[in-house]
Amino acid sequence: MSVDKETVAKIANLARIEVSDNELENTMGELNNILDWVEQLSEVNTDGIEAMTSVVAADLPLREDKITDGGYREEVIKNAPLAEHGFFAVPKVIE
Amino acid sequence: MRDLTKLTLSAARDALHKKDISAAELTEAHLRAIDDASELNAYIEVTADKAMDMAVGADKMINAGNAHGMTGIPIGIKDLYCTKGVHSQSSSHILDGFKPEYESTVTSNLWADGAVMLGKTNQDEFAMGSSNENSHYGPVKNPWRADKKNGDLSDKNTVPGGSSGGSAAAVAADTSIAATGTDTGGSIRQPASFTGLVGLKPTYGRCSRWGMIAFASSLDQAGPLTKTVRDAAIMMESMAGYDPKDSTSTNIPVPNYEAALTGDIRGLKVGIPREYRVDGMPNGIETLWSQGIDWLKDAGAEIIDISLPHTKYALPTYYIVAPAECSSNLARYDGVKYGLRVNGDSLDDMYKKTRAAGFGDEVKRRILIGTYVLSAGYYDAYYLKAQRVRTLIANDFKLAYEKCDVILTPTAPSAAFNLGEKVSDPLSMYLNDVFTVPASLAGLPGISVPAGLNSQGLPLGLQLIGQAFGEEQLLAVADVLECAAGFKAKPKKWWGDKS
Amino acid sequence: MSKLYPGATGNWEAVIGLEVHAQVISESKLFSGSATAFGAEPNTQVSFVCSAQPGMLPVINQECVRQAVRTGLAMGCQINLRSVFDRKNYFYADLPQGYQISQFKDPIVGEGIVNIELEDGSNKDIGVERLHLEQDAGKSMHDQHPTMTYVDLNRSGVALMEIVSKPEMSTPEEAAEYFKKIRSLVRYAGTCDGNMDQGSMRADVNVSVRRPGEELGTRTETKNVNSIRYVMQVVESEIRRQIDVIEDGGRINQETRLFEVATGTTRTMRSKEEAHDYRYFPDPDLLPLEFSQQFVDDLAKDMPELSDAKKKRFISDLHITPYNAGVLVAEKESADYFEALLSATVEKSEKPTSELGSLVSNWVTGDLFGALNKLGIGITSSPVSISHAAELLSLQIDGTISGRIAKEVFENMLESGKSPEIIVEEKGLKQVSDTGEIEAMIDEILANNVDKVEEYRGGKSKLFGFFVGQVMQKTQGKANPQVVNQLLKPKLDD
Ligand SMILES: [Mg+2]
Ligand SMILES: [Zn+2]
Repeated sequence: MSVDKETVAKIANLARIEVSDNELENTMGELNNILDWVEQLSEVNTDGIEAMTSVVAADLPLREDKITDGGYREEVIKNAPLAEHGFFAVPKVIE
Repeated sequence: MRDLTKLTLSAARDALHKKDISAAELTEAHLRAIDDASELNAYIEVTADKAMDMAVGADKMINAGNAHGMTGIPIGIKDLYCTKGVHSQSSSHILDGFKPEYESTVTSNLWADGAVMLGKTNQDEFAMGSSNENSHYGPVKNPWRADKKNGDLSDKNTVPGGSSGGSAAAVAADTSIAATGTDTGGSIRQPASFTGLVGLKPTYGRCSRWGMIAFASSLDQAGPLTKTVRDAAIMMESMAGYDPKDSTSTNIPVPNYEAALTGDIRGLKVGIPREYRVDGMPNGIETLWSQGIDWLKDAGAEIIDISLPHTKYALPTYYIVAPAECSSNLARYDGVKYGLRVNGDSLDDMYKKTRAAGFGDEVKRRILIGTYVLSAGYYDAYYLKAQRVRTLIANDFKLAYEKCDVILTPTAPSAAFNLGEKVSDPLSMYLNDVFTVPASLAGLPGISVPAGLNSQGLPLGLQLIGQAFGEEQLLAVADVLECAAGFKAKPKKWWGDKS
Repeated sequence: MSKLYPGATGNWEAVIGLEVHAQVISESKLFSGSATAFGAEPNTQVSFVCSAQPGMLPVINQECVRQAVRTGLAMGCQINLRSVFDRKNYFYADLPQGYQISQFKDPIVGEGIVNIELEDGSNKDIGVERLHLEQDAGKSMHDQHPTMTYVDLNRSGVALMEIVSKPEMSTPEEAAEYFKKIRSLVRYAGTCDGNMDQGSMRADVNVSVRRPGEELGTRTETKNVNSIRYVMQVVESEIRRQIDVIEDGGRINQETRLFEVATGTTRTMRSKEEAHDYRYFPDPDLLPLEFSQQFVDDLAKDMPELSDAKKKRFISDLHITPYNAGVLVAEKESADYFEALLSATVEKSEKPTSELGSLVSNWVTGDLFGALNKLGIGITSSPVSISHAAELLSLQIDGTISGRIAKEVFENMLESGKSPEIIVEEKGLKQVSDTGEIEAMIDEILANNVDKVEEYRGGKSKLFGFFVGQVMQKTQGKANPQVVNQLLKPKLDD
């Protein structure tokens, strides 16, 4: 399987990374190199093999339902590029 | 006066505990060395004032009789660890100006034991790389340079390996006694091998990932880069431990790792995986591996040939799983909550411009690959397939450990290469991790021990892979290997004040 | 047989499915320890975890797991002992991680069936496909600034249960009844407060149309519909719109739409126009969620009585009419009020429960609901307390006041807030049951109305009511009607 320019543009959009038209060609080449190489996995027989979901054999730890966090707005928004009136502010979204 | 920067962690600890030296003078000496070695670009932020404050605190702990192994030990911290109020950007432009309001669990553990932070060390951006050339802050120079034919030192710089290259260079140049690294596919072990250090990646779940800027969540682990195996044991004990804030952290007690260094490995079974003999491996590495086998045999270990049949598929598996996870983990860098924002006409435009400007080429490449392998229609063929192969790789190790206790392999397929040599060829760069990635995929602990120099005088490491939570045994064998190899070489100083 | 919708070219039928998002009742969020309470100042109930700061990790809240299982049990669903949390990847201003932790392939709750009752008295089973746990997003405010959207992450990470129905509804009424039923179930189970104004419950409404018996048409999804009436409007307008589009030779796009309250119709959602590819994969920060059957059984044992069971019990044990029983169980608070009042009245009047059910249910659904309706308030803010109401009913039961006087006292209670005993005392409303007093009154009335007595005796038996009315007038309604009847009859029939 290899990707064409249109697919690269689609992926870049999904990943929200601007890729200019003249970068597309080069990016496509790099991605295809890597994809061709990982393609070798198709020769491995994985019939009936479970996909790994966690490398550690353990139970999911469950937390008690208590309020133990939050309540520090200044710290939460301190690093924001733009915050107003205690909100994060972003370019206007039209729904 | 003796040069305090030449001390190993254990020697410094002993001297501190005996009050032969103070933490303050030990820290001062290292801060001077950092200044002197600035051209290595190992540190991207030096926290001198904080270091001195912490050193004073450490001296108080020692005087009060509350000293731990790490008390008063000045260390470098990989930029990837969130350290409260201090530069923590995983060497990325996209986290410009980010200073977390919280402290990672691993560094908290170190500070609680009295360790001293010298600064934040350079790394490949978001830990993606094997040469430390993918940093927003520029590449790190390996203190080691090759010898020319006439015995003079080459003027070409080599890479320190990656992604914990800044940490490795910092310790190798004696600008910190030890440093924290993180290892996703070899990012502690490979730079350790390139810089003549010990690098330990513990079992997945041994160290908390809380406060470590994530690359690939199912693989990332914290670990130390140190001058000796004993140093690694001391530092590991401080870093490790259960953390209820990390759901993948394992709740078993941390043993006294240093006590495991008994020097006795008689009867221990060491597996030699035949699949690690790869084509084109330099002679020096082949020879060193054979030597390593002999050293362990001489120490009374039993050498057993084993097979890890899916080894060849580990690297391509890794380069599907890690990018997939990273594409999702790095979605949070969107210009809204912290870091860089490049304005755009709309929210989406702002996202795209911010992420295009904020991420470096390798990070973008992996995000795109990861996005692709998870996308509709490709998930089964790539991601699901890779996670199935990953099960097979983990099963290989399970079967092998029915026959042996630890596994001995080379750490990397080459010594440090020249800066810029592989930067335009991602695939050949990826091949650096061929021996370290399988253990990462299986969540197993691995350690790189410096074992010799190649024909050009560059260090080479041997890797030991242990069983899950078998760090004690792993360190015990590493200790014996280190002793037998007797590696004492230091890089010839070409930077700073050469006197 | 589905309802048919006539178009210009023949009949159509509608296929409707609902995805209900119900906010879990819990103190803290699904994966972080921040508070969930409604109405806090922006970004004050936010931790480093729910604002997706670098290096932060999720740890699951066990109460949210229990709540999901309880809800599954309430809907008679299969409970999955192993489930997996996945990441649903997309970018949005109020989604700080760039992904939502949800459950995709392996949800915590599997299939079940919910029974709805329709207006014509018929019943229908609607299949539930699944219930999964997921994080809520934050809140975007688009109208606070001319060029900016403001983001508040207080909701970010709050636990939601997404309950997905099978596409087995075919009318607006069915969709509304299903939504109501889910709301009732979660409220009875105590797993979601069902408060739609605060966004605790909202539905994504999927609608498609097709020719009877043919294959499914393309569906649209209208997001975040937050009232039962709006659900009906969405379904109605979508059915109409889709039939018109197809009959005009157009095609239905599979798209996300937005409900507009002002027009009662839907429109394309601009921000969601592009096709999504959520790239689900298991969250590597979490292990699979596993629990034992014992865990489920223990939760099942402690489940409260749900509305269907309650209604049955009201009818069979308390002899309440099915209509009244239905009205009472429709809202959990009504049923709670009724049951509390019933037991208070039993205690006060010392009469058996089975004798009082009918009286108390009539009073609650009639007098009380009528009054609350007029006042425009709900039962939880009723100005009449349970103890006062029990007092009032007991006065009626022991004959101290008549039913008519009881209504008068109740009016007074609503205005003054006084206890009924005090009102009866102050106003001298005690029923007159003294036979001597009443007999004297009757004699006087009969003497003053000889002509009417003659007419009665001549066969005009309707006049009996006239004589009763005269007695009541004389006593300002306080005469015990039973006593009046007993005494009057023999005197007239003499
Ligand atoms: Mg939906
Ligand atoms: Zn949902």
